Amino acid sequence: MLPIGHYLFLSLALFIIGVIGVVTRRNVIVVLMSIELILNAVNINLVAFSRLYGDVAGQVFALFIIADAAAEAAVGLGIIIAFFRNRETVLADEMDLLKW
Amino acid sequence: MTPTGYFLDHLWLIPLFPLATAALMLFLGRGIPKAGVSVLCVGSVGLSFIYAVGAVFQLLAAEPEHRVFQRVLFEWLTPGPMQMTGGHAIRFAADWGFLLDPLSSVMVLVVTGVGFLIHVYSVGYMAHEGGYYRFFGYMNLFMFAMLTLVLANNMLLMFVGWEGVGLCSYLLIGFYFLKKSASDAGKKAFIVNRIGDAGFVLGILLTAVTLGTIRFTSQGLPDAEGASGILQALKATLDAHALAYGAPVLTGIALLLFVGAMGKSAQIPLYVWLPDAMEGPTPVSALIHAATMVTAGVYMVARMNAVYQLAPHAMLFVAIVGVVTAIFAASMALVQNDIKKVLAYSTISQLGYMFLALGVGAFASGVFHLMTHAFFKALLFLGAGSVIHAMSGEQDLQKMGGLWNKIPITAKTFAVATLAIAGIFPLAGFFSKDEILGHAFEESPALWLVGFVTAGMTAFYMFRLLFLAFFGYSRADEHVEKHIHESPPTMTVPLMILAGLSVIGGWIGWPGSLGGNARFEKFLEPVLSGVEAETAAEKVASHGLAMEYVLMLASLSIAGAGIWLAYQFYRTKRIAPELVAGKWPRLYQLLLHKYYVDELYGAAVVERTKDLGTLLGLFDANVIDGVGVDGTGWLARFSSTLSMWWDKWIIDGLLNFAAKLMQLFSYPVRLLQTGMFSSYAMLILVGLVVLLAYYGHRVQVMLHSVR
Repeated sequence: MLPIGHYLFLSLALFIIGVIGVVTRRNVIVVLMSIELILNAVNINLVAFSRLYGDVAGQVFALFIIADAAAEAAVGLGIIIAFFRNRETVLADEMDLLKW
Repeated sequence: MTPTGYFLDHLWLIPLFPLATAALMLFLGRGIPKAGVSVLCVGSVGLSFIYAVGAVFQLLAAEPEHRVFQRVLFEWLTPGPMQMTGGHAIRFAADWGFLLDPLSSVMVLVVTGVGFLIHVYSVGYMAHEGGYYRFFGYMNLFMFAMLTLVLANNMLLMFVGWEGVGLCSYLLIGFYFLKKSASDAGKKAFIVNRIGDAGFVLGILLTAVTLGTIRFTSQGLPDAEGASGILQALKATLDAHALAYGAPVLTGIALLLFVGAMGKSAQIPLYVWLPDAMEGPTPVSALIHAATMVTAGVYMVARMNAVYQLAPHAMLFVAIVGVVTAIFAASMALVQNDIKKVLAYSTISQLGYMFLALGVGAFASGVFHLMTHAFFKALLFLGAGSVIHAMSGEQDLQKMGGLWNKIPITAKTFAVATLAIAGIFPLAGFFSKDEILGHAFEESPALWLVGFVTAGMTAFYMFRLLFLAFFGYSRADEHVEKHIHESPPTMTVPLMILAGLSVIGGWIGWPGSLGGNARFEKFLEPVLSGVEAETAAEKVASHGLAMEYVLMLASLSIAGAGIWLAYQFYRTKRIAPELVAGKWPRLYQLLLHKYYVDELYGAAVVERTKDLGTLLGLFDANVIDGVGVDGTGWLARFSSTLSMWWDKWIIDGLLNFAAKLMQLFSYPVRLLQTGMFSSYAMLILVGLVVLLAYYGHRVQVMLHSVR
């Protein structure tokens, strides 16, 4: 069995890639994808600790988060399609209707 | 024994029948066919006549001193206790009640009887006119008002009828309202009558204040002691020496009431409306402006005789106004060429006679003449209407002539009426006029002389009318000539009945000196004797029989002289009227232009009223509109400008200032809101890192200290 540090390192790498993607990218679809990365980093953490402590609750949580991520992706993509039909863009910095 | 019976109990129905049909006609009349209108409207007046006859017969069943029937339907106005001039309070009340006594019996029979005949006549006369239902609606409304006036048991209810007949008179004079002269005449009648009515109202108020009651008498009421009448109140004040014979306040009441009578009964100076009132349809002239309404003033004075008998100065005034009106109007009738105008002036003149009678204290004679005059003057007007009908609407006497054989029934009945008004024995006019002249002679030979001359003039102008219209050659246009025809039976039958009444109507007052017993006077005596013992009947007995015969012969001979003169003028043409007129051109012009009274009133009253109107108009335009309305407008605009300035600069300025301040403060905060979620995400991340670092540090410190 691999020591826990490997898992955590992978998780950390995925999380940082995700965060950088969320903060730096203009395309909202890419931002959504980055959020998926963050969520999966959390999943890896949960599953790794679940295995370390032999407690299945962490894996159950991971399953919940996967379901949640799917729902979130569906809703987020729906919003993006609706927005695209109005503004013909998916760039985040042009989404400034609520400014002021 | 007090009079009772079905008809007396249903006395209130007499004015109600015509009111019901009047309401029907005026609200729904448009949809009722002519035949229905005729049956309903004439029928209702006929029914009133039947009820009136029934009621009078039941009244006659009682002994003379008990011939008073009074019934209060309901209390109408009850202002409560009133302070009288004497000092003590009295309970004043005006009832809606009806009074039938000998005086109102005469009136109610004349009004319903003559009214019924005129209604029948109108069916024929108005057959081809528009507004048939409207005409009969007004006529029935008039009957209601007149019967209310006649049957009223107090002055205020009488005033209701008084105003009602005035209104109907206005409506019917202006019946052809599209004709300017007709609507003007209606207005003139209404306005002139208002002047008189003002006097009447003041008279009523003065009576109420002085005597505390406006009920004519308490006789016939169940509570005769408690409910005071004018007669009883007068007696009481006389007994208490609070008022005396000739008291100024009584003279005042009498004169004020007489002002009302002057207006309604067309006496000088308020007579000017009556000649113009001839613009109305002829049956209206007959019913309202000859037989009934214009005699309301005479009736009212006779009704108030108790007050008049205590006011000798007022009596003298009434007599003088009456006799002057009589001769003045007769002189104008001498030269008129409009057949109805002659009759109108004649009516004024005859009303003058009635007031002469009242003024000299011969109330019964005045009422007697009122009755006979109603017969023959209604007949004259209806006859004139028949003539106008035959002549296709022509009213000018100079364009008539030779009608005697063409419209025989009209001509003969007209001749009867002419003889009656001229005072030829034994027709109705002779008895009543002779009685008046007899009483006038006792009072003052001067009054008699004027009345006597007037009698001659009456005979002259009436026969002038007769000769011009019915005798000689026809002066009518050809196409009018072709259409001359006798009127239908609905018109001629009333003429014949009225002719009969004009002959025999005077016989009920056949004087004692000619072997009669003056039943009419005795019949009225209980009502007309006032509060004093002295009665008109006793006065008659005071002078000699021989004098009476002389006066009768004198009257007859001056009537004969008038007729003879008219005959010479207009029949044999031995004296040409033009020559006489040419001899005194000024006098002729004066008479022809009716003494320029209309012009005088026009200049003195109408124009001055107009000037006042112009003045008030200027005042209105400049002061009310200029200062008042425009000034208020300017002020409002000025104040609103001020308020706007305040609003704009102070209120709005404060708000804007606050908003600007907020904007200023919020500017740096606003910069954080970029609207780009990636920057928000960045901030969240930074915040998270800071928080984690802080709490991480705190946890470390804590662990360290625990260790």
